[in-house]
Amino acid sequence: MTALTSPPVDTDHIESRARLESLARRGRWLVLDTVASSKAGHIGGPLSAMDVLIALYFERLNIDPAHDKNPERDRFILSKGHCAIGLYSVLAMRGYFPEAELATFDHGDSRLQGHPDMKLTPGVDVSTGSLGQGLAAGAGIAMGAKMQGRQFQTWVMMGDGEIQEGMVWETVQSAARFELDNLTAIIDVNGLQQFGWPSTTDGDRFDRAEPFSGTNLGEVFRGFGWNVLTIDGHDFDEILTAFDSVELLRGSGRPTVILSMTTKGKGISFTEGTYNWHNGIATTEQLELAARELGITLEEDAR
Amino acid sequence: MKAQRDVWGATLTALADDDERVLIIDGDLATSTKADVFAAAHPDRFIEAGIAEQNMVGMAFGLSTMGYRPWLSSFGVFLTHRALDPVRMLVSQTGAAVRIAGHYSGLLNGSSGKTHQDIEDFAIMRAMPGMVVIAPADEFEAEAAFRWIADYDGPVYVRVARDAVSPVFTDAVGFRLGAVHTLREGSDVTLVSTGVQTSRTVDAADILQQRGLSVRVVHVPTLKPVDEDALVAAVGGAGAVFTVEEHSRIGGLGSLVSELSAESATPFRVTRIGLADGWSESAPSDFLLDKYGLSAERVAEQVLAAL
Repeated sequence: MTALTSPPVDTDHIESRARLESLARRGRWLVLDTVASSKAGHIGGPLSAMDVLIALYFERLNIDPAHDKNPERDRFILSKGHCAIGLYSVLAMRGYFPEAELATFDHGDSRLQGHPDMKLTPGVDVSTGSLGQGLAAGAGIAMGAKMQGRQFQTWVMMGDGEIQEGMVWETVQSAARFELDNLTAIIDVNGLQQFGWPSTTDGDRFDRAEPFSGTNLGEVFRGFGWNVLTIDGHDFDEILTAFDSVELLRGSGRPTVILSMTTKGKGISFTEGTYNWHNGIATTEQLELAARELGITLEEDAR
Repeated sequence: MKAQRDVWGATLTALADDDERVLIIDGDLATSTKADVFAAAHPDRFIEAGIAEQNMVGMAFGLSTMGYRPWLSSFGVFLTHRALDPVRMLVSQTGAAVRIAGHYSGLLNGSSGKTHQDIEDFAIMRAMPGMVVIAPADEFEAEAAFRWIADYDGPVYVRVARDAVSPVFTDAVGFRLGAVHTLREGSDVTLVSTGVQTSRTVDAADILQQRGLSVRVVHVPTLKPVDEDALVAAVGGAGAVFTVEEHSRIGGLGSLVSELSAESATPFRVTRIGLADGWSESAPSDFLLDKYGLSAERVAEQVLAAL
């Protein structure tokens, strides 16, 4: 009879999980509040991606806001650039610039453009905004890193709607040829896009159909020669375990994709799971409700 | 007499001996662009990206952020049209040191026809913010331009012609960004030209001079940025002005000279010789130059008809 032994309890993990959940709630609040204040910006995508962004910036990326041009730093590219406010919120919390600067988002003369601008914003490695381009940029960086013998990892986050762009698939096929096992794509599979198609299934959590309805994305990427990891993109244990796997897959000679299954608008009752909150401006009442749900004390954040 | 594409392959191969930043990213056209010469000499700095031009541009941008100065090797038409969005967003917007070599530029591409003729590249690339746009006249100016580009820290589009032309310069020619060259002085007619068309324009000037006209010839190797005062000074004030280019009459050299004239304190009339707003065809170069009005004889005819 084989003795079953439980794996040791990873108390660090538990502590970090509570901390990450708290950071993610704050990040979600900053997204909703900033967009309400600037009266422009996206909500659903930044909220679906928030947990993965928090895990990357607070647990995984080898970065230092004080040395944001260090050639050995890990690179992160938000290829779904319209989710910029999600990235800016996390960069601010991580110390790249003051949280108060978020109030300048989209206001003119701001370092925080509607889509990320590497020439303006500390911590932004690549300018994005036209969907489908970030993975190619990441492949070039990953190739350069290999040519120079650098050990850093390049991460590219795309949306599941974004990968309808043909340019993505040019890079998917060539990154495998180039054996870029230092390149990791994260697809934020939130199941919705700005408008999309009418839902064909009853009882689905969504009111519109999945961008890749009927397509087995994992098999598609495997067919192109990629390692494929599928996780619940709102479960920090699964996220961090996937990040560990990415490091273990160094040396596999294959790039890795993480299919991060998420809910668009996650974390706030009225934005969750509806395409209508792809972008939107929260009312005062909605902000108060969201703050309660996220455990944010509004006085602290009065602007 | 050497073709610019041969000079391109050889010059980059030589540059890469001393400059580790030089890379070529090829779109599966290395035997056409002569990147194959570079690939043989520097296999570790030659990247075959396959037939996927958008990805080529994106990877070139990514490599530029790692300190490299990559050159793109493809037909110009695929880079300035198919891959324009990544060129605009990742190269122009960021000011990346990516070099876009537009091979088989203009009308003459070895009978491939209209699908491969890039006759709108000046119009498109001039409009890209911060993009340097260069069209060398001959093999000597091409080499000087390639060497200048290698040291330039920003985005460049450069035309690279497929076939050799009679040189208008010698190996003593240098390259200075924006400079304008008066190749010949004259007082009745001023012909302004760019790229390898300049060679045929010089021949057109010979024909016109045989008809008793005094002809000035001005060559503009940099369409952007150009020394505007020098160009207006070189072109205006002496006879009828004709622009001559292997490009659509819309948006290229003719537009550039017209814009400068219109804003000048001493405006001058400009007649634009170039490709009409339409499509060409597959044919030998001599046939195309004759039919579409860019041979020396046809340029001279158009000048005489307009005088």
